[in-house]
Amino acid sequence: MIDYVFRVGGEGGEGVISTGEMLTMALARAGFEIYTFRTYPAEIKGGHANFQVRASGKLLLSYGAAVDVLLAFNEEAYQKHYKDVHPGGVVVYDSDSYVPPSADSLIFYGIPMTSLATEKVGIKLTKNIVALGVLSELFDIPFATFEELLKDKFGRKGEMVVQKNLLALKIGAEYAKGQAKRDQIRLGPGPRKTKELVLSGNESLALGAIAAGCRFYAGYPITPATDIMEFLAKELPKLGGLVVQTEDEIAAIGAVLGASFAGKKAMTATSGPGFSLMTEMLGLAVAAEIPAVVVDVQRVGPSTGMPTKTEQGDLYLAVYGGHGNCPRIVIGLSSVEDCFYGIMRAFNLSEQFQMPVVVLSDASLGHRKATVPVPDRSRVPIVERRKPQGAELIDYKRYRFTPDAISPMAIPGMEGGGYVAEGLEHDERGFPAASNHEMHLRTTQKRYTKFQEVEAIANELARSYGEPHPDIGIIGWGATEGVIREAVEMAVDKGYSVGALHPKILYPQPLAKLREFMEGPKAIIIPEVNFTGQFATLLRKRFAYDFIQLNKCIGLPFTPKEIFDKIEEVAAHVHAGQRTHAAKL
Amino acid sequence: MSTPVSELTPQSYKSDEHPIWCPGCGDFGVLASLYHSLAGLAINPNNLVVVSGIGCSGRTSGFIKSYGFHSVHGRVLPVAMGIKLANPSLEVIGAGGDGDGFAIGGGHIPHAARRNLDLTYLIMDNSTYGLTKGQYSPTAPVGFQAGSTPYGNIEQPLNPLAMLIAYGATFVGQGYSGKPRELADLITRAIEHKGFAFVNVISPCITFYNTYKVIPPLLREVPRDHDVTDRTKAFALALETTHVSLGVFYQVSRPTFEEGVAEVIKKAQASSPPRLDEIFAEFS
Repeated sequence: MIDYVFRVGGEGGEGVISTGEMLTMALARAGFEIYTFRTYPAEIKGGHANFQVRASGKLLLSYGAAVDVLLAFNEEAYQKHYKDVHPGGVVVYDSDSYVPPSADSLIFYGIPMTSLATEKVGIKLTKNIVALGVLSELFDIPFATFEELLKDKFGRKGEMVVQKNLLALKIGAEYAKGQAKRDQIRLGPGPRKTKELVLSGNESLALGAIAAGCRFYAGYPITPATDIMEFLAKELPKLGGLVVQTEDEIAAIGAVLGASFAGKKAMTATSGPGFSLMTEMLGLAVAAEIPAVVVDVQRVGPSTGMPTKTEQGDLYLAVYGGHGNCPRIVIGLSSVEDCFYGIMRAFNLSEQFQMPVVVLSDASLGHRKATVPVPDRSRVPIVERRKPQGAELIDYKRYRFTPDAISPMAIPGMEGGGYVAEGLEHDERGFPAASNHEMHLRTTQKRYTKFQEVEAIANELARSYGEPHPDIGIIGWGATEGVIREAVEMAVDKGYSVGALHPKILYPQPLAKLREFMEGPKAIIIPEVNFTGQFATLLRKRFAYDFIQLNKCIGLPFTPKEIFDKIEEVAAHVHAGQRTHAAKL
Repeated sequence: MSTPVSELTPQSYKSDEHPIWCPGCGDFGVLASLYHSLAGLAINPNNLVVVSGIGCSGRTSGFIKSYGFHSVHGRVLPVAMGIKLANPSLEVIGAGGDGDGFAIGGGHIPHAARRNLDLTYLIMDNSTYGLTKGQYSPTAPVGFQAGSTPYGNIEQPLNPLAMLIAYGATFVGQGYSGKPRELADLITRAIEHKGFAFVNVISPCITFYNTYKVIPPLLREVPRDHDVTDRTKAFALALETTHVSLGVFYQVSRPTFEEGVAEVIKKAQASSPPRLDEIFAEFS
C-alpha cells in the first residue's frame, strides 16, 4: 500500500505553501487520498514555513509520523526537519541555497533549483515549479497531472505565464532524469478513480454553512478563521446572501443576532480572542432565544498566544463563557468532511432549539486539506425554526411555555407577531420581569428543558470505533478523531483491546453513551491538545471516574504514535493487574 | 387584529408596557414625539423594529407596539444593522442614551455612519447615567460632581453633532425633549431620510442632573439660511458654544449600504451561476 509523507520547507512568503498545495492537488487528482498539515510563521514575509502532505491509497486519518521525502529550499528547512525523515528517506534540496552534509541514513538529491529557474526559465520564483518537476520525475507522480494543474491554475493569467510554468516543470523533470535513482519511492497513478474534492477544514465548513441555508455572515478578520469569511464573501452573494466585515467581534455577533431575529440563518466565525469578546452577546442569544451559529477556530491562548498554532483550549469558554445560567450547545468538529456536516447540524440545532450553537474547530483542522467525497446534502435534512401560525398569532406570546420548551418565533413583518426580543428576564410575552422571582425560575427551567432533546441527539451522534468492549478506552473530542482512530487501529493490530468514543456534541454531553462506554474498560485515556484536560474536567463533573489524561501543549496536534505509545504504557499497567484509575464511586 | 394603516394614531404605537421613567423625565417627551412621528408617517407596526440598548432610554423598545429588540449595553447599532441587512424593507429605529451610544457603544458609531445604512438613531442625551444613579457620562461638563467624580469631572465632554458630521453620517440633527412638536418633525425628517440619520435629543434627567432651567435659555433654531449640505458650516454650528441649536445640521445624499450590497450581489451573480454544485466544482 502506497503511503508516503512529503514535507516542503523554506522561507515564508516564497511560495512554500503554494508549492505544497500544488503537490497536494496533483496527488489528489492522480487518485490518492491526501492529508496535509502546515505550519507557517506569524510574519507575512520571512520566517520559516513548511507544508506537509501525506498521500495514500487508503483513507487517511492523520498527517502521519515520519517523513519520506523532505523538499528543503534552504538550510533552515533542512536543519529543522531532517531529523523527522525516517532512515532511508529522501532529501531533495536546492543546491544553490545550501548543501547538507552527507548522512548515511538519508538519500540526497541536490538540484540547482534557483539557477535552473533563473537561467533556463528566466524567472527566479519558478524554482518552486522546477521543484515540482523534480518530484514528479523522481517519484513517478504523473507528469500530465502537474501539466493540467498548472494550466488550470495559471490559465487566467494568460498563455505566457502558463508556458513559463510548463517550461519550469519540464526543466525540473529533465534535470532529475539525469540523477541516478537511489530510492524506492514510486507513486504512479493512485487507486481512486472517482472524483473527490480537495478542501481545507475551513472551506468545508463554509460550504456546509451555505448548504445549511446560511445567507448572512458577519465577522472580523482573525487567524486562523479569516478564510471562512473570505470564502463566504465570494460565494454568498452568488446565492443572494452577504458578508459584512464588522468593526469588531462584538459587532459581528450583534449583527448575526439582528439578522437571525429578522429571519435569516446567520453565522460568525472567529478564534479565541474574538470569541472572548462575544460572550456577553452569547448570553443575549440564550436569554432572547435567538438561533445563532458561532464558530471558534481555536488557536493557542491565552491572550494573543500563538496565532498560527493549534490548541483545544477554548472548551471551557465555549461551554461556560458568559454570566448567569446560560445554556448553549457546543459541537466539536472532527475531520475535514465532518466540518461540512457538523456545521449543517449546528444550524439545524440552533434553529430547532432557538439557542446559540458554538462550533469548535482548530487551526490544525481549519487549515489542513484533505480529499473528501463530494458532500451529500441529503445526509443532514434542513431544519427550520418553528414559526407561529394562524391562531398562535392571536394574543401572540413569543416566549410561551410549551411542553418541549420551544416557543413559536415570529419574524418581523408578520402581522400580529410584534414582540420585543428581550435580554432582561421576561414573561411569556417578552415583557420585562426583572423583579419576578418565580418567573426567573420558570424561564430558566424553560431554557434548560431544551437540553433533554439535545442530549438525545448527542447520544445518537457520538461515534465509536475499535473494540466494542475494550480493556482500554479512549474518549476524544474535536479534531483529534483521526489520530485517535489511527492509533486505535495500530493498537488493535498489535493485539491490544482498545476502543474509542468520540462525542460530536460536547455540551450537553451524551451522558447515556458515555455511561455505557465507561462500564467496561479497565482504564480510560482522554487525549487533548491542551494543558489541563478541559474535556476530562467536564466529564469528571458528571462521572466519578479517574480518567488518564494525555495532554499535549506545544501548539501542534498529536501524532498517532504519541497516542499509541500511551496505549502501550497503560496496557502494561492493566496487564500487570495494576490499578490505573480509582474505583468508580 | 391590527389597525388599518389609514387609521393609525399616536395611540396605536403605545404598547401595554408602562414606562418606568421618573415623573418629569425628558424621555417621556421623546417617546411622545416618536409616537406622533410614526403615526404621521403611517408606519406599519408589523414592519417596524425598534432596537434599544441599556439604560433608562434603553427601555424605549418596550414601549412601542411593534417589533423590538432590547439588546445589551452599547450594541444598538450592530443589532440594527443585522436586522436591516436581513430585511431591508423593515423600518429600523435605534434608541439609546449618551452612555450607551457614546461610551460603551462609541466604537460602533463611526462605522454605522460611514456604511450609511438606512437607519434612524435617536440618542436621548442627559449627560448622566440615570439608571446607576447619576455618574458623569461622556457628554457631562467638566466639573460635573457625582458619585464617581466627588471632586468634579476632569474629562472634556464630547460633541455628538461634530462627531457624527466628522464620521460621515448623512443626516445629523438635534432636538429637545421639552419641544415635542418640533422634535416630532425632526424625527419624521430623520426617518424619511434615506441613509444613516442621527438625532441627538437633549432629554434632561430630572432626578440626577436636572437641566430644565439651564437648557431653555440656550436654545435656538438652526438659522433658516443654514445650508444643510455644507459640511463646514454644519461643523461651525455644532461647535458653537454660546447657543444650543435645534433642527437639521447636516443632510446629504449618498448611496446606502443596502444599495451597495444589492450591487455586490448583482456582480457576483453575473459572473457565476448561483448554484451550490457549481461552487463544489471549484474545489475538484
